[in-house]
Amino acid sequence: MIDISNVELAAPGTQPDYYYPPYVSTIARSPRMPLIPLPQTFTERTGPVFESGLVRTGDNDLTAQHSGAPVGERIYVHGRVLDEDGRPVRNALVEVWQANAAGRYRHKVDAYDAPLDPNFTGEGRTLTDENGYYWFKTIKPGPYPWGNHHNAWRPSHIHFSLFGAGILSRLVTQMYFPGDPLQPLDPIFNSIPDEAARHRLVSRLDMQRAESNYALAYSFDIVLRGRGDTPFEENHR
Amino acid sequence: MSAANRLIPSSSQTVGPYFRIGLEHMIAHAPAVELASAITIHGRVLDRDGAPVPDAMLEFWCPECEPKQKDSPQGFRRVATDPDGAFAVTMARPVRREERQAPHWLVLIFARGLLRHLISRVYLEDETANAADLVLSSVPVERRNALIARSDGSDSYRWNVILQGSDETVFFAW
Repeated sequence: MIDISNVELAAPGTQPDYYYPPYVSTIARSPRMPLIPLPQTFTERTGPVFESGLVRTGDNDLTAQHSGAPVGERIYVHGRVLDEDGRPVRNALVEVWQANAAGRYRHKVDAYDAPLDPNFTGEGRTLTDENGYYWFKTIKPGPYPWGNHHNAWRPSHIHFSLFGAGILSRLVTQMYFPGDPLQPLDPIFNSIPDEAARHRLVSRLDMQRAESNYALAYSFDIVLRGRGDTPFEENHR
Repeated sequence: MSAANRLIPSSSQTVGPYFRIGLEHMIAHAPAVELASAITIHGRVLDRDGAPVPDAMLEFWCPECEPKQKDSPQGFRRVATDPDGAFAVTMARPVRREERQAPHWLVLIFARGLLRHLISRVYLEDETANAADLVLSSVPVERRNALIARSDGSDSYRWNVILQGSDETVFFAW
């Protein structure tokens, strides 16, 4: 007799629903059939391990990937990746991408006529250290218009992709900046029903990490699903 | 730590249309040739209207399915759809790992318009163990076919991801 419990569901309101009509692209792309409970088998309790060779020295400095310095406000973005017990997630792969200071992505489908910056790609990655700590040096991305509704503008944000200790800890999210007046107008930000959860995606100005005459800093901690005491912890971290 | 003290996992946000900037480096383009028993799963990602989803990313996970790989993390593949919504991924033929589990890959689906990624599984039609699989058995009979890739050639299988509609792919709650 095998008794396998189902995957635990997220706390109500803390994750967006798939169907959220104010974000128009969800209308034709969100499932409508009932979601099926997922048992936690070996597959769900394990996850990929990323070799350090995947990340090279300097991949977390988005300001030093070209011959010159990118235009814009130079910043540090840093924080810790934790599990649900508050323990550091070590060796977590953190991948980021973002628009440049003018709000333009280096991507062929971005048709906004703000200038590209020859000194900025907007791509970075790193692995967390023993304390679950990560940091990036970058420039503050600009807001940009998008086609969701008339005069729709995305607030400044940096895309984050993370892998923790198991495949179910996988998270793709966006980090926002404090005091941005576009946040309350943004359907993607507002898709998270719980106000406290929504505001946990807003980074904090961090004057301790800021460097005098050089760069401001924003801190952004991330909590991944999962707890340290799950099986296979040692083998699959 | 008591349940009350548990931290709440950070909220998900859509991967958006520009994910290739940061995620391209791990997108698998060439088959991993070292595999003795590789299969290819190919198909399209389609929306409610049958329109292609040209900006989707799929991640496949199968622990201990394959030996160490040179160019991709062991048991993990990331692919993205082309302008026709098509994808193809070559990886080890999955193995049976547990009682009441047929060989399968877990699949994560990301796209503009998905505020949170979707989780599915893909099985192969010619596996006899499918009949006893505890996850397949938990899916209503009329929807099980949506999780099964159909053989369309030597070591080649076709599996579409339909985000919405009467033939919608089966997605799991998490």
